[in-house]
Amino acid sequence: MIGFLGRALVLLSLLAASAGMVCALAAGLRRNDAALAWARRLTFVFALGMLGANLAMEVALLSHDFSVQYVAQVGSRSTPTWVTVVSLWSALEGSILFWGVVLGAYVSWATWWMKDRHPEAEAWITAVMLACGVFFAFLIAGPAHPFAPVPNPPADGPGPNALLQNHILMVLHPPMLYLGYVGMTVPFSIACGALLAGRLGPDLLRSLRISLLVPWVFLTIGIVLGGWWAYEVLGWGGYWAWDPVENASLLPWLTATAALHSILVVERKGILKGWTLTLVLSTFLLTILGTFMTRSGVFNSVHSFTQSDIGPTFLVFLGLGLVFSIVLLSAGIGRLENEGRIRDPKSREAAFLVNNLLFVMLTLTVLLGTVFPLIVEAVQGRQISVGEPYFNRMAVPLGVALLFLMGIGPALPWGRASGKAALRALVPPVSGGALVLVVGLALGARSPWLLATLFAGGYALYVTLAEMWLPLWTKARAGATGEGLRLLFGKGRRRFGSYVAHLGVVIVLVAVGASSAGRETLDVSLARGESARLGDYTLTYLGAHVVREPHRLSTVARVQVEREGRRVAILEPRLNQYPTMRESIGTPDVHSTLLEDVYLSLMGLSDGGERMGLRAYRNPMVIWIWLGAGVIVLGAGLVLWPSRRLALATTALPRRREEEGAEGSLEVGG
Amino acid sequence: MSTETRKTRIFAAIALAIAGAAFALIAVGGLGENLVYYWGPTELREAGDRAIGATIRLGGQVVPGTIQFDPKTTHLSFEVTDGRERVPVRSVGVPPQMFREGIGVIVEGTMTREGHFASERLMVSHGNEYRAPKEGERVDVEALIRNAEPPGEAR
Repeated sequence: MIGFLGRALVLLSLLAASAGMVCALAAGLRRNDAALAWARRLTFVFALGMLGANLAMEVALLSHDFSVQYVAQVGSRSTPTWVTVVSLWSALEGSILFWGVVLGAYVSWATWWMKDRHPEAEAWITAVMLACGVFFAFLIAGPAHPFAPVPNPPADGPGPNALLQNHILMVLHPPMLYLGYVGMTVPFSIACGALLAGRLGPDLLRSLRISLLVPWVFLTIGIVLGGWWAYEVLGWGGYWAWDPVENASLLPWLTATAALHSILVVERKGILKGWTLTLVLSTFLLTILGTFMTRSGVFNSVHSFTQSDIGPTFLVFLGLGLVFSIVLLSAGIGRLENEGRIRDPKSREAAFLVNNLLFVMLTLTVLLGTVFPLIVEAVQGRQISVGEPYFNRMAVPLGVALLFLMGIGPALPWGRASGKAALRALVPPVSGGALVLVVGLALGARSPWLLATLFAGGYALYVTLAEMWLPLWTKARAGATGEGLRLLFGKGRRRFGSYVAHLGVVIVLVAVGASSAGRETLDVSLARGESARLGDYTLTYLGAHVVREPHRLSTVARVQVEREGRRVAILEPRLNQYPTMRESIGTPDVHSTLLEDVYLSLMGLSDGGERMGLRAYRNPMVIWIWLGAGVIVLGAGLVLWPSRRLALATTALPRRREEEGAEGSLEVGG
Repeated sequence: MSTETRKTRIFAAIALAIAGAAFALIAVGGLGENLVYYWGPTELREAGDRAIGATIRLGGQVVPGTIQFDPKTTHLSFEVTDGRERVPVRSVGVPPQMFREGIGVIVEGTMTREGHFASERLMVSHGNEYRAPKEGERVDVEALIRNAEPPGEAR
């Protein structure tokens, strides 16, 4: 019954999206307002249908209705309720259904928010958004088909993948990643709309920027949560392994970040329009490529992905999107006139251009390393993979260069700078770099790349902090501190927020450098009561016990962590045995401090628990990665927080803003 | 367009092309040096000296009666087989709980001149799909290696 309802709702969505797309196309070709109004209505119908279908699936999951195929696949009566709720996105078909509701939410938000704002492009934007809607609704109705009926429903199901049940972060990580991935549909549609309309005015640019920044924030959160989850659950002591699934989420993040920066240059100087749109289109295509790679099983084997229709369907969509984007770019890019050019390599716009090139190089590097094994297997039939050293060797220098540029760019003025002025801006931050370098050396940093990271980080930190508080400082010196504060959080909030985000990036990159260069590993086998040393910590095995839960059986080892004779913590790494899995899955235990983590993975127990195999890691500064990511999100939130003045201005005077230009970008004193 | 701007443009284009080519060269070079080969014992033997120093993921079954583990030093040695060839493996570190005779394993490391495989990482093949082969049957090394990877669905 509920399965039938779900199918009907998915079909309704498919119909609404198709009809809406036709209306929007008609509206775009003939400038027909009535057709556009219908396209908008049908967008909301599409979204409601998707919402209904997802609710139907949740009802089926919670009522253990095993006559619905997806429930039979991931449901289980023994799992806790929260696991049942989140199993909507624990496997392929359900996650595509979930993608549908997220897409519905985004397109209705975009439709409502852009209504009558961009008369030249709105119909095209709506048409492209709904075209994506048609694809996903088709995917759910046909190839993925989570609502397919099961002829002989089983009494109980296997439950979702045990790794997903192991940690609460799994509730948050996939939705964040989807909010990031799916949201890129909106900037993609806006970019297509701009190319079809042949115009990228300040108003459309602002919509593009905001619609890109929103999913960028979610993607950032999703990537970091993925790393955090890997760290807390997988037990190998790290958070990033350059594995294809991780790379797939990083690729669109890199191009989106590049686009967020090049948009600033378009706003300021009216140049790089075509380039910016190219980055936005690439971002969307990379999200689709990423989804194809991670969701089709192509990484298990090139030849196995055809076992499901989902992989090939994605591949066709990717191909269509690629061809469409290339045609659109080559036809439309000439119509977007650039209003100037970069005149001085010492200017801020030149720094932005270098930033963009570095981001693109990083993207290509990661893409090459990720896709290469697929090509080799498809062409030669050999199985290989690209090792982590490749990624580290390529990405570390590029990352350090980007970090350094984060200090150079904001220090340089827009337009032209005399050699002397440029030196005056670029020399003082060296003291910041030197300071952080000395602190790092004192704390024991020795690896050359870490030292380079510390210097670049300190340099960027100096510039970021100086630029961040500059408006306040200038006003305070003139005796108007209050006005300065209002400037920071009012008119200059976007600028302030951007620097807060930069601050977060500095923290994350320095922490990544420190944790990868300074890690210490220990592999021991300990009898009960025996101790081993890890750096200046003493680890003592206290014994093991068994914990029974309805859905799993856990063996928990107790390990005492001491430092300089004082007990720091008792850690309990465990091995969990799930009834549906052949072998046990470990959960590490971590003691985190601001300086370093002690991370314990239980490898196994023998002699009836008298002896324990343990892998222990000392990871410097890992906690700062999560904290730094929080700072990035805070900064982006400051930028995005809707300003009442702007909202009023745009609703009351929709036409005026075209001439006004991008007021949000006011550079105070910079 | 003045000749000067045209000159700068041509200059910029050439500089960009050279930089791009250099970058591509470094990337492809780096790729070639850091490939990880997925081999079974037979492929490893066939590769001969090429296997020495190369990064290899060797998949196979643990030969019963060959496991030697010293809990004091955590030195571990055992042999893997695909039913045809055998390769002795040595590693340092406590093996995972599931590690035992007859189970499918993947070891990552390289072949040494002394004729044993030096493993830096030991993974037990997981996933419910993999089934242990019967006596005398050849081990499906490919399926085994695939199952040792962290499940993609998980992230």
